[in-house]
Amino acid sequence: MAYFLQQLINGLTLGSIYGLIAIGYTMVYGIIGMINFAHGEIYMIGAFISIIAFLVLGLIGVSYVPLALALVLLTTMLFTAIYGWTVERVAYRPLRGSFRLAPLISAIGTSIFLQNYVQILQGAREKPMLPLVQGGFTVFESGGFAVRLSYLQLLIMLVTLALMAGFTTFIATTPLGRAQRACEQDIQMAALLGVDVDRVISMTFVMGAALAAVAGLMVTLYYGVVDFFIGFLAGVKAFTAAVLGGIGSLPGAMLGGILIGLIEAFWSGYFSVEYKDVSVFGVLILVLVFRPTGLLGRPELEKV
Amino acid sequence: MTAASGLAVEKEALATLDWAALLKDAVLAALVATLLALPLVGFQTYDIGGGALGIRTHFDWVATAAAAVFAGRLALHLRQRLRRGGERHGETLFARLGAWGNRRALPITLVGIAFAVALPLLPFSSRYLIDLGTTVLIYVMLGWGLNVVVGLAGLLDLGYVAFYAVGAYTFALLARDLGLTFWQALPFSGLVAASFGVILGLPVLRLRGDYLAIVTLGFGEIIRIVLLNWSPVTGGPNGISDIPRPSFFGLPFARSAPEGATTFHQFFGLEFSPAQRVTYIYFVILALALVTNLFTSRLRTLPIGRAWEALREDEVACRALGINPTNVKLSAFGIGAMLGGFAGCFFATRQGFISPESFTFIESATILAIVVLGGMGSQMGVVLAAILLVTLPEFGRAFAEFRMLIFGAAMVAIMVWRPRGLLAHREPSLRLRARRSAAR
Repeated sequence: MAYFLQQLINGLTLGSIYGLIAIGYTMVYGIIGMINFAHGEIYMIGAFISIIAFLVLGLIGVSYVPLALALVLLTTMLFTAIYGWTVERVAYRPLRGSFRLAPLISAIGTSIFLQNYVQILQGAREKPMLPLVQGGFTVFESGGFAVRLSYLQLLIMLVTLALMAGFTTFIATTPLGRAQRACEQDIQMAALLGVDVDRVISMTFVMGAALAAVAGLMVTLYYGVVDFFIGFLAGVKAFTAAVLGGIGSLPGAMLGGILIGLIEAFWSGYFSVEYKDVSVFGVLILVLVFRPTGLLGRPELEKV
Repeated sequence: MTAASGLAVEKEALATLDWAALLKDAVLAALVATLLALPLVGFQTYDIGGGALGIRTHFDWVATAAAAVFAGRLALHLRQRLRRGGERHGETLFARLGAWGNRRALPITLVGIAFAVALPLLPFSSRYLIDLGTTVLIYVMLGWGLNVVVGLAGLLDLGYVAFYAVGAYTFALLARDLGLTFWQALPFSGLVAASFGVILGLPVLRLRGDYLAIVTLGFGEIIRIVLLNWSPVTGGPNGISDIPRPSFFGLPFARSAPEGATTFHQFFGLEFSPAQRVTYIYFVILALALVTNLFTSRLRTLPIGRAWEALREDEVACRALGINPTNVKLSAFGIGAMLGGFAGCFFATRQGFISPESFTFIESATILAIVVLGGMGSQMGVVLAAILLVTLPEFGRAFAEFRMLIFGAAMVAIMVWRPRGLLAHREPSLRLRARRSAAR
């Protein structure tokens, strides 16, 4: 029981991170119907920018942890968002209306490019990060096994919750959010009615990248190491989360993220750590085969 | 637009260039470049020991990047403005090259094959060159195999390396446990890889194109992870070594023959030289690649090949015409997988050692890049792209280091400028006899 609870906590933490990345996939897919394959790399870039921001702050002499965290959060979101914007502008926008597979191939190219860009600039070795948020408390203890919830895990879950709440309100109430929903339903009609579609798509990439940046920052804090290759696996898992929840659906992305986090945590806890990635890929294949619309998704009509 | 009015527009464009707007645009681009470069180029982390990181600054690099973007953006826009009237899209060097290649397909092919056959005999040839040629040919064969799936059937397969791995491991296991030779195991490698293709394809080929891409990617990773962790059978990260080399009709290439056997050089009364084996291996892959080419180009003109291409262009119309999309896709997927399996089998016998490290996603991406850069569906484009991508790192360390970076950027650039690939010049494989020019 205690072991189960511990895995539950670990899974929820992991799932929060996947959920944040998954939102980027699901929003882009909802609006322009493409898989932004480079989104995982955006998350990786977020992780690197956060580690660099921490180091720079350390050099300047900011040592009060909450302040440092807040500053790093903001700078990481800002700079990563610019990466998201640029990727859309350079690699995807010229391809709108091109043949079906063109944006996807371009996205794969972008992904390879960004990975090697970071590898060449920052080196291929793992970047360690000193633990910044330490400590935690014991939720309960039974049979000599203490269920621990670290402050960091709590922080990750709370930040995710806050971001999700803020984000949902944003989509539901602001003019930009309304424009996004309009584009998601019918992009041509929205354009006819005066929505600046290009701007909406740009902003979607900016928001997705900013959320992925938060995920990158949290992963840096959580695992304490970052390397240029983390974006690949995390990207595929977050995409799986988006598909599982129903691609195009925001609550679905969050739900899917948490489910994937839980599956991964329980699989490594009860079966085998080596095959935890296989479990996630297996889920992806199963979902696509038996329920391609995901848990909360709408069926997609094929129009001629 | 007629030529005369085009010329007029060009002159007008030159006269009315809006320098202020152009400069503003370039400055903005440079600003974005600065912001992009600032965190990752401007600051470089490095190990200072003890699990800590140090940081050094490279603001000069940031400035260089910004200046380069400024100049590049300005040049690009000037060129675009001046050319707008010309409508020269598609009239690029590569388009003409592709069209020329199509017109002269037969002579070019014959010269190419003659060169490939003669390569080991040419005076400047060396063991290194033959080795390089073998690597190029492996990628050519893989490219042609994947071309069936991506180029002809229009299915994006991001896990092609899985079938390559299956083929390689099938041979390695058959050789280790049952003592089969390369030629005995070759059909099995193809067969097993094709079965994997069909088993994977059956459930997932109903999916939309981009879902299929992700699922194949996941499948490729699953295969790699299983190979890595199923140590009792696959040897885990250590892989399988001592894979037998191919023999020449039962004559092994060795200095001294095992008991009761004659080696190649003894049989032909030659002096022993390791170059004989290298050359032989080169000819084996050349033959395999040529058979692959022949096979796939024949398939293309058969009903099944036409169905692939029709399906790529319009799935709904195909369904309306009574083509079963799943079966047609499945055949492309299975045949592509089989060819990948053959290539894998050859890879295993050539290396003599395989491990999961040879079958990562980057390998899949490389093969895909070859197909995409060459022009999807173009056999000659694949050859050109394979030569380019394989030999690029040989030109120096700088190229080796930046190889994947260039790959990635090239994939994006090609999609933006020539979405059908470098040498893509699409000729219909079937044409109505009388071309109705009135319809244009």
